[in-house]
Amino acid sequence: MSAIDFLLINLQMVLVLGLSPLIVGVIRRVKAHLQCRHGASVFQPYADLAKLFRKEPVISTTASWIFPATPYILFSSTLAASLLVPTIIAPMPLNFAGNIIALVYLLALGTFFLMLAGLDAGSAFGGMGSSREAIVASLTEPALILSLFAVALTAGSANISAIVYKTAILQGIVLDPPPHLMALVALFIITLAETGRVPVDNPATHLELTMIHEAMILEYSGRYLALVEWAAGMKLMIFLTLLANIFAPWGIATTLSPSALGLGLLVFVGKVVGLAVVVGVFECMFAKLRLFRVTELLGAAFILSLLALVFFYILRV
Amino acid sequence: MTIFLFLALLLAYACGMLLPLCFPHRPHVQNVMAHGSAAVAGCLGIVLGLIGLLAPEPLVWFLPSSIPLLTFSLRLDSLSAFFVLTISLVGLAVSVFASGYVREFYGRIPVSLLGFLYNGFLLSMLLVVTADNAFFFLIVWELMSLLSYFLVVSEHEKPDVRFAGLFYLIMTHVGTAFILVTFLMFYQETGSFAFEAFRSADQSLPEGLRTLVFWTALIGFGTKAGIVPLHVWLPYAHPAAPSHVSALMSGVMIKTAIYGLLRVYFDFLGGPFPWWWGFVVLLVGTVSALLGVMYALMEHDLKSLLAFHSVENIGIILMGIGTGMVFYAYDMPHLAALGIIAGLYHTLNHAVFKALLFMGAGSLLYATHTRNMEEYGGLLRRMPWTGLFFLIGAISISALPPTNGFVSEWLVFQGLFLSLELPSLFLKLMLPIAAALLALTGALALACFVKAFGISFLALPRSSHARKALEVPVPMRVGMGFLASLCLVLGLGPAVVVPLLDRVSEPFVGISIAGRVFEMGGWTLAPVSGEFSSLSTPVLAIVLAGLTGLGWGLAYVLGGKGKTRFYKTWGCGLNVTARMEYTATGFVQPIKRVFSTIYQPTVKLETEFLEESHYFAKRRHFEFSIEPIFLKYLYHPILGFFSTLAARSRVIQGGNLSLYLAYIFVTLVFLLMVMG
Repeated sequence: MSAIDFLLINLQMVLVLGLSPLIVGVIRRVKAHLQCRHGASVFQPYADLAKLFRKEPVISTTASWIFPATPYILFSSTLAASLLVPTIIAPMPLNFAGNIIALVYLLALGTFFLMLAGLDAGSAFGGMGSSREAIVASLTEPALILSLFAVALTAGSANISAIVYKTAILQGIVLDPPPHLMALVALFIITLAETGRVPVDNPATHLELTMIHEAMILEYSGRYLALVEWAAGMKLMIFLTLLANIFAPWGIATTLSPSALGLGLLVFVGKVVGLAVVVGVFECMFAKLRLFRVTELLGAAFILSLLALVFFYILRV
Repeated sequence: MTIFLFLALLLAYACGMLLPLCFPHRPHVQNVMAHGSAAVAGCLGIVLGLIGLLAPEPLVWFLPSSIPLLTFSLRLDSLSAFFVLTISLVGLAVSVFASGYVREFYGRIPVSLLGFLYNGFLLSMLLVVTADNAFFFLIVWELMSLLSYFLVVSEHEKPDVRFAGLFYLIMTHVGTAFILVTFLMFYQETGSFAFEAFRSADQSLPEGLRTLVFWTALIGFGTKAGIVPLHVWLPYAHPAAPSHVSALMSGVMIKTAIYGLLRVYFDFLGGPFPWWWGFVVLLVGTVSALLGVMYALMEHDLKSLLAFHSVENIGIILMGIGTGMVFYAYDMPHLAALGIIAGLYHTLNHAVFKALLFMGAGSLLYATHTRNMEEYGGLLRRMPWTGLFFLIGAISISALPPTNGFVSEWLVFQGLFLSLELPSLFLKLMLPIAAALLALTGALALACFVKAFGISFLALPRSSHARKALEVPVPMRVGMGFLASLCLVLGLGPAVVVPLLDRVSEPFVGISIAGRVFEMGGWTLAPVSGEFSSLSTPVLAIVLAGLTGLGWGLAYVLGGKGKTRFYKTWGCGLNVTARMEYTATGFVQPIKRVFSTIYQPTVKLETEFLEESHYFAKRRHFEFSIEPIFLKYLYHPILGFFSTLAARSRVIQGGNLSLYLAYIFVTLVFLLMVMG
């Protein structure tokens, strides 16, 4: 691994760490506007994180070592997953370390520990959150893998960087529009489910009837909460990056020249902020679904990705 | 040289079987002798397995007997050696564990007898995978079944254990009957019981017979492996056995069926077979994987839960092998090798983590004397080592990186994804759907092990059993620790494992792919090409470790080394007690509801109201059960049919001696007429 690769990995890390709170801030700001509130600045999540890191954390006397260890594992697994997803340049130097399956399972590693941590404090809220997360995660995972695979077929590769790179060098001409569109819609639904947005979950609630992710992390405070929130922001950013760069990799750098990288950075920030606005608008347009109606939504995502697969082959024949 | 090693192995098992019998009434001595010998044999077996894997030619030993058709011939080719290695690795760890666990039985069950059966069981499994004669194979196969039956009914004073044993005995013999038929068909064609003859017969068999062999072998070995719908005995029998035996049964005994299937399909039948064979195996695997994990989720007896997960993992193994068979049928040897390697890798991994988890369950049973998860809780603080090892096993079986379960499941996924190379549109669509169902299986397994670990080890103890639990003795921890570290090593070392497995698949598909699946000097696993997909668990592990450090550093830099306050959990103004915690039943309730078509749950809720008002309940009775659909719609009708048949045919039993003599006479006359 050359020095440039190492530099690129660090650049990507800084980008993901630095930009993810902004995405959360943008979504909140959009929601506030649409609800006719003034809303906090888009940079508020940075201040929140800084405050949380300085606060004294409280740990339940009931909890075991799983509880304080989880935020670190969640943080590292999410950040590791983000290193597999190209942001401003494709292919990524760590491309070889894992493909779409590795991405999905790295994220699952974090979810696994988060669900355990939900049970660890012994409160019913945490258990409820973990239990609901279990069903949502179980139903999203097959749809996620199938939709990514449908896109991978066009590129002839299951490595995310290769998918992005091959679409990017075609200069924006998507080879198979119908399968891509279906996979895009499926992945958008999955994004909402995986990152705990309305209509699957509500990130702004603390009502026991509705919360999923918030219930799991209810016992966290201080630096632990900061790490968990940061990881949640990074996960959101991973999914928005997937949406942006798999389906519209235009502008992403395919060479190492400074101008290409600069353009890539600008276009990338524009794309994810744009997608964050879309997510914010969606959150305002829809009400949260009842937990057992979520299955229908995720079923639709699964069927769409299946259709994407079928269409890919049918159109090729 | 290896013959001496093999003889030493036999001697070690013989010592383990017989020495304890020489020290009556000294359970501790018996325990140490039985399990010490088994551990030594395990070490020898590991060496033997490695030698067999690396040997350029199969090693053959031959011992004629005076019984016609039977020769005691043994053959150690790479496939056998791989299974010898798997059995020995698990056998070694389980034997160390057992030397602690069996103390539980002092005074209740004769330890010498247990040791005799235990060593005999291990030995019979080794002979099953090395036998080179169908007659001999059937004898040791039957021996393995019977010895495991006796081990299952160790605690025969309990009625449910006796039922489980009987159920197992019947089902395993149904399976053996089908295997017997398989071999008889070969015998009919070749006139010999030697596997060598079967092997050379492959192409000459008529097409119809080959198809028949495919089905009988699938049913016969499938019964032992526990494929759906022949799995029904497994969740009864495996939990009923003492935990160290459960570990062996789930970890390695069911794998002998995988051995049998590979032996018959690739070694005996060989040649080009129709694509639908592979598809059937893949389908059976997918259904087993999905239904196995679904039933596991609803199980709150920790050992039954693990037994259902064996059904799931056998399914995943068959998915790998089925994919390999599909590619083999289309003459794509590279991809066929990939599928078989994925299946074998998962075989080894499942043996390791399932044995580990069963030993963990045994430790919990040892410490709390209950198998019901709803009575555990808070055990991570009381049993930190057991908890840590169980957690590693849980992460591995949930296929999370960078453990071994992840690597093998990843390989299975790659095989399914590479369906894009197949010429058939039907298979191009079916294999990715199987991949999606594998993803669902994986996600449900993850949920199941969050439940298993979270409810058992975290939060507050839910019963006095759990409150008083103590960490288990050192030998038990050593056995578990060994397999837990293997989970990590096998996850980080595909660069070493895959070339070994390649030696197993090479004779079947004709080519070696060891040189083609690695890039970057072995750091990256890249089936077909790094262009298509690649994985590097060592790099992922390094990145994960580094980033965890980064997270810690960031927390330190941004927040300083602040103090942490410890305080009780907020319980809405009340003190949190174990009764407020989420239960295992509650945890899986959403899943049960979403998949209610499969579970067919029946809920009975009776409420008794106060006489004064119908708004105040005096007493509530809640009952809930899940319909085991295969028992109800498949097995009960068959059972009913045979019961009726038996009842009908009872009329011929007159109870009169002269009547029976008349029967004999009539039969004799009939036979003379027919034969004459």
